[in-house]
Amino acid sequence: MLKENRNWAADPVLSVEHLTMRFGGLVAVDDLSFDVGRGDITALIGPNGAGKTTVFNCVTGFYKPTEGRIALRRKHGVSPQAIGDLTKSGKQYSEDADKAVFLLERMADFKITEVAGVARTFQNIRLFGGMTVLENLLVAQHNKLMRASGYSIAGLLGLPGYRRAAKAAQDLAVEWLRRVDLIDRADDPAADLPYGDQRRLEIARALCTDPVLLCLDEPAAGLNPRESAELNGLLKSIRNDHGVSVLLIEHDMGVVMEISDHIVVLDYGKKISDGTAAEVRSDPKVIAAYLGVDDEEVEEVERDLEVSAARPSAEGGTR
Amino acid sequence: MTDTTSSASANRPEGAERLSEDRRDAMRGEPPFVEAPSEDTRLVRSLKEAAITAALVAVLTVFFFAFSTDIAVGGLSLTGNVSLWLKWIAVAFVARFLLSYFVFGGERPSIGGWKKVAAATAKLRLGKIVGVVLLLVAFTLPFLLSTFLPSQNRYLLDLAILILTYVMLGWGLNIVVGLAGLLDLGYVAFYAVGAYSFALLATNFDLGFWVCLPMAGLFAAMWGIVLGFPVLRLRGDYLAIVTLAFGEIIRVVLLNWYDFTGGPNGILGIPKPTLFGLEFSRGEGSFSDFFGLEYSSIQRFVFLYYIILALALLTNFVTMRMRKLPVGRAWEALREDEIACRSLGINTVNVKLTAFATGAMFGGFAGSFFATRQGFISPESFTFIESAIILAIVVLGGLGSQLGVVIASVVMIGGIELLRNLTGLQAIFGAGFDPTQYRMLIFGLAMVVIMVWKPRGLVSTRSPSAVYKEKKTIGADLVAQGEGH
Amino acid sequence: MEYFLQQLINGVTLGSIYGLIAIGYTMVYGIIGMINFAHGEIFMIGSFIALTVFLALAAIGITFLPLVILLMLIVAMLCTAAWGWTIERIAYRPLRGSFRLAPLITAIGMSIFLQNFVQVTQGARVKPLPPQIQGGITLMDSPSGIVVQISWIQIIIIAMTIVLMTAFSLIISKTSLGRQQRACEQDRKMASLLGVNVDRTISLTFVMGAALAAVAGMMFLLYYGVIDFYIGFIAGVKAFTAAVLGGIGSLPGAMLGGLAIGLIETFWSGYFSVEYKDVAAFSILAIVLIFMPSGLLGRPEVEKV
Repeated sequence: MLKENRNWAADPVLSVEHLTMRFGGLVAVDDLSFDVGRGDITALIGPNGAGKTTVFNCVTGFYKPTEGRIALRRKHGVSPQAIGDLTKSGKQYSEDADKAVFLLERMADFKITEVAGVARTFQNIRLFGGMTVLENLLVAQHNKLMRASGYSIAGLLGLPGYRRAAKAAQDLAVEWLRRVDLIDRADDPAADLPYGDQRRLEIARALCTDPVLLCLDEPAAGLNPRESAELNGLLKSIRNDHGVSVLLIEHDMGVVMEISDHIVVLDYGKKISDGTAAEVRSDPKVIAAYLGVDDEEVEEVERDLEVSAARPSAEGGTR
Repeated sequence: MTDTTSSASANRPEGAERLSEDRRDAMRGEPPFVEAPSEDTRLVRSLKEAAITAALVAVLTVFFFAFSTDIAVGGLSLTGNVSLWLKWIAVAFVARFLLSYFVFGGERPSIGGWKKVAAATAKLRLGKIVGVVLLLVAFTLPFLLSTFLPSQNRYLLDLAILILTYVMLGWGLNIVVGLAGLLDLGYVAFYAVGAYSFALLATNFDLGFWVCLPMAGLFAAMWGIVLGFPVLRLRGDYLAIVTLAFGEIIRVVLLNWYDFTGGPNGILGIPKPTLFGLEFSRGEGSFSDFFGLEYSSIQRFVFLYYIILALALLTNFVTMRMRKLPVGRAWEALREDEIACRSLGINTVNVKLTAFATGAMFGGFAGSFFATRQGFISPESFTFIESAIILAIVVLGGLGSQLGVVIASVVMIGGIELLRNLTGLQAIFGAGFDPTQYRMLIFGLAMVVIMVWKPRGLVSTRSPSAVYKEKKTIGADLVAQGEGH
Repeated sequence: MEYFLQQLINGVTLGSIYGLIAIGYTMVYGIIGMINFAHGEIFMIGSFIALTVFLALAAIGITFLPLVILLMLIVAMLCTAAWGWTIERIAYRPLRGSFRLAPLITAIGMSIFLQNFVQVTQGARVKPLPPQIQGGITLMDSPSGIVVQISWIQIIIIAMTIVLMTAFSLIISKTSLGRQQRACEQDRKMASLLGVNVDRTISLTFVMGAALAAVAGMMFLLYYGVIDFYIGFIAGVKAFTAAVLGGIGSLPGAMLGGLAIGLIETFWSGYFSVEYKDVAAFSILAIVLIFMPSGLLGRPEVEKV
């Protein structure tokens, strides 16, 4: 089930190094370093206010970090030397065929998605509510379609090249709608969808940008257990079938423990634990951070965590 | 309203959203302050309300109806006209009494009845039929007019040209406000840029309308980008006020740069458009001469009419086409949620700039048409009130709706213009009554009334730009309004 | 130097008038988040009412100047406040909580209506009023012949502005009405649940804004001595610019913005060209907003992701 090798050390897709983010006097993230393994599902957990969403916003360019480096490698085997050179050169990214490296902290938010291939969802779902489900997925393919439409000139004239691209985009959108089981709602406005469907639509929309790394901010929040289990399945298939690395923030320990290959735990902006689900679960510091308890009570909490980890998978199994 | 909205209520949201919706519903309105229903009978209550209204009208209008100031020898003099004041108080009393007694009835005052009418008129298929009919009428209008109303042919044709100019401007602004959701209060600046660039090119370099038209459009688009670049980082009302400021700056510059623009005197002698070199005038080489027709001044009006119709339809065609292109979809996505756009790799600055530039370009086209139609332009024609009228047309028509713009233009511009003809009202208000004097007064009032009646505009549903199986219109309550939430 | 001082005095006077109008914009924007485009017209109406009251008093023989000014002030404030209340009730309240652009359009419609209403009932020609308060204090009399003078009317305007500003700051910060207003500004629904009569509070905000605009209108009349139905638009735009410049929603900001616009305009007219004074004011606005999007004293808006 879970991969036992430490993939994130061997083949990281994303390396966050010494990330610090200050808001005025408040230090939201303090000298944080961690790696996200290629093809892993990595969970970023921690109590409320630990700085998880801030890390996300730094990775996806919505905030500019005060200090630190966030490097994304497209392919395996980019030497630290190459990243160091790029950092010194002052450029935002290098796109040499096999050694594509992107320094996300230097890039604008939309460039991170467009060029580096990082897509994200939001804690409070941000869909285009007045547009249909299908349109939402077409907007996500904007850059591809924009090029195909010759920056609107070819599109205005209705040239065949653009029509083919538009058809392909629609096919991709429909394919994703099938995958997330929303095909029947394709022509409904996104705001009309129930909450769980909206979550899945947002994930599908992010995937339509064809990302290398998918960042999900609390994808299971507000879902009922059945929907949670479906989400687990979806996330695993994104990892296994599409080779997209996933970085997620989640409070639902059931989801986290079941699907994560790698867990990073934050508290007060600092990393307190980093490892596989099993390692993190048995880390007394994690338990203390979550519950603020003494070490004697750790065992009890550990049992609780195991229970919560086991429950959703059992439910998933019965279906 | 439509099938979609009914299905929406069937698919109630679940989970956390349900909770938050319930909470929102519970908090809607001002619950603790619904006034206790009074014990009075309907008659007494209506009388009381009418008396309050009359008293209010008395206070409001005492210094406007009962007294008026006039310039007299050695300063100002004050003349009284108490009977006019009392007349209006009486009118207010009676009107409010009738409203209270019959319309608002026994229940709480509401405008529920209107809403029902509104819902009944918002039919899906109706839009298409109305559109086709309007298009047919537009194509054949000059012939219809010369057949059925020959006496007023010229006047009505002129009015139709005016309305179409506003339709075109409305469609141009609709791209910026309706689709991209950017509130632009200075749209008239681009209209002015188009008009002035055509006029200056034509008078200084002796170029014709057809050569200058695309150049004027490009100039306006360029200005759109130049002005847009710094301001598009702003949000909502800040964007509105800065665009308003830019509109005023351009007008003031036009007004004061005598050497270049002629200042308040404007530019005279702007050439008329020609049909492949044929002029619409008497004599050799003119249109009537070439085709062996008898010369008539109406020919030029018909020609102008078809030019503006073609320009307007071009605007519409390009807009409709762009809506289905990635750039148009990005405009609408931007209106819905800018942050989500950025998270999908969309360069929102570029998207805003294209919207601004495209809208400005059509404004520029309309501007050069205006210049060639008038033959004379001055800064007078490009005041803020023009921007306000165009914006009003877009909002009254229903943001993003192409048909709505047409209806709103016809109603607002045509309806107000028709007031000129209502000389019959003199019988009621006395011989001195001049309806044209009340044109803008009624225009302003109509804006208020229509907005209160239909805050979302006349045509408020959105039709999706891409369809998988079945096209469903989207209710206005789901569509976001863009910048300035 | 003398010239500079004189321009400074003139600028502060003009800025006081803008500031008083700007307070109306900023309060309304703060509480219901809309641009009350008709507010400039309210100012114009206040000015006309003051003029009519002045003439009416003259007609019945009351000419004792302090009494005349006091009566003008009271009547103009009351009547204009009634206009403010009515406009809110008719054009804005039915649209509260609906589509955001709708009240903006009704506001523009109201503004067009009011302008034309006054034009129709009072005529389109400008109304000149001979200066009523003459003389002033000579501050400096240089040998070069430039006299720096602050006139009585300027003193009255500046003093009255200071008094009204102080009074309003106290109302907002100390009274229960002020607390209710601030509560509605933060969260209207929550305020309503906690027993604040939201409708009444919003109405009172409009009434207060209109009363201040009436004061500004009266002072404009006495200071410039010329009014017409069109003064509301340009003053309104300038005052809104002032409110935005100072940081919309902030009372001291509105006053500061008003002073800034008044000074920019006066100095620009004094040292460069009168024709381009509006361009100067608007350009400064654009520049400030581009570099400080929340104005001088506004709270910076943090983008929530």
